[in-house]
Amino acid sequence: MLVLSVITGVCIIVSFLFDSKKTIKGVKKGLTMFLNLLPTLLLMLALVSIVFYLVPNETMIKYMGKDSGVAGWLIAASLGSLSLIPGFIAFPLCSILLKSGVGYPTIAVFITTLMMVGIVTLPVEAKFFGWKTSIIRNAVSFVAALLIGIIMMLLL
Amino acid sequence: MKKLTKYIFPIVFLAFIGISYLLNFASGEQIGGNFWLFFKEMILFLPLMFILIGLFDVWIPREKIEKHIGEDSGWKGTLLVILLASLQAGPLYGAFPFAYILWKKGCNIRNIFIYLGAFSTIKIPMITFEIGFLGLKFSLLRTLITLPVFIIIGYIMEWYLKDKNFEVKQP
Repeated sequence: MLVLSVITGVCIIVSFLFDSKKTIKGVKKGLTMFLNLLPTLLLMLALVSIVFYLVPNETMIKYMGKDSGVAGWLIAASLGSLSLIPGFIAFPLCSILLKSGVGYPTIAVFITTLMMVGIVTLPVEAKFFGWKTSIIRNAVSFVAALLIGIIMMLLL
Repeated sequence: MKKLTKYIFPIVFLAFIGISYLLNFASGEQIGGNFWLFFKEMILFLPLMFILIGLFDVWIPREKIEKHIGEDSGWKGTLLVILLASLQAGPLYGAFPFAYILWKKGCNIRNIFIYLGAFSTIKIPMITFEIGFLGLKFSLLRTLITLPVFIIIGYIMEWYLKDKNFEVKQP
């Protein structure tokens, strides 16, 4: 976070020294895009916080449990698609899952959907790509996550 | 007025959270706590990123980007977007605005989706974190398996969207 702030600050200053008009135009443009997106972002964050409340970590551990096989995978993939957990929470959670007996392939499926598939982020994605393309990208990624699990299982 | 209607859902949501706190409604308070946690992460990170994207837009000419990751860029272009994505940080929704600016500067469809795939799964700052919690073997294996998979997704999306007037819209 600090790194990003410093980078942004330096970029603005250097850019301003070269061309103040261009800089103002660029910053304005960036902030306008942000403000246009803000209502959708707030909607997304509201959805995330509700999902996070409805499906707490304990529930995830319970459902993924030791049940590997197709059901376990589908549960892992669905939970991963539904939630949007930042890495600093996701990886510790996965390490707990591992210790509670969940297999590596299931973890791989869970992580991949967590990262690539986002149902709660769909409204934001659709603002950029349109609904149809966004849904297709997420669906393809969902299948890909299962595929990654299968390869993982064959290799481990 | 029109501006306000766009915020109708967030306003209703925040009102719900506010009332929950007033009435000590535990579920509402917990959801409010979650919201604050995620909101903090976003509100610091995204405006800065959008400013960088705005500056990128005014300074970097289209021809430069198009040459490297555009229609005729080949595997070198793909390598370049993967490298670019893997050095970044942040949640997936942070990648969408960046994908927009790459598209505007002439990046081809395949590389846009490869960028999104790489951004979401193989960011280097995140992999170091993953190794810490899940071990080197698992993390490396997952990365190596995922890499070709999202490149294939890039090809699938390109094949599907090629004749469909695909565009990445400005929000």
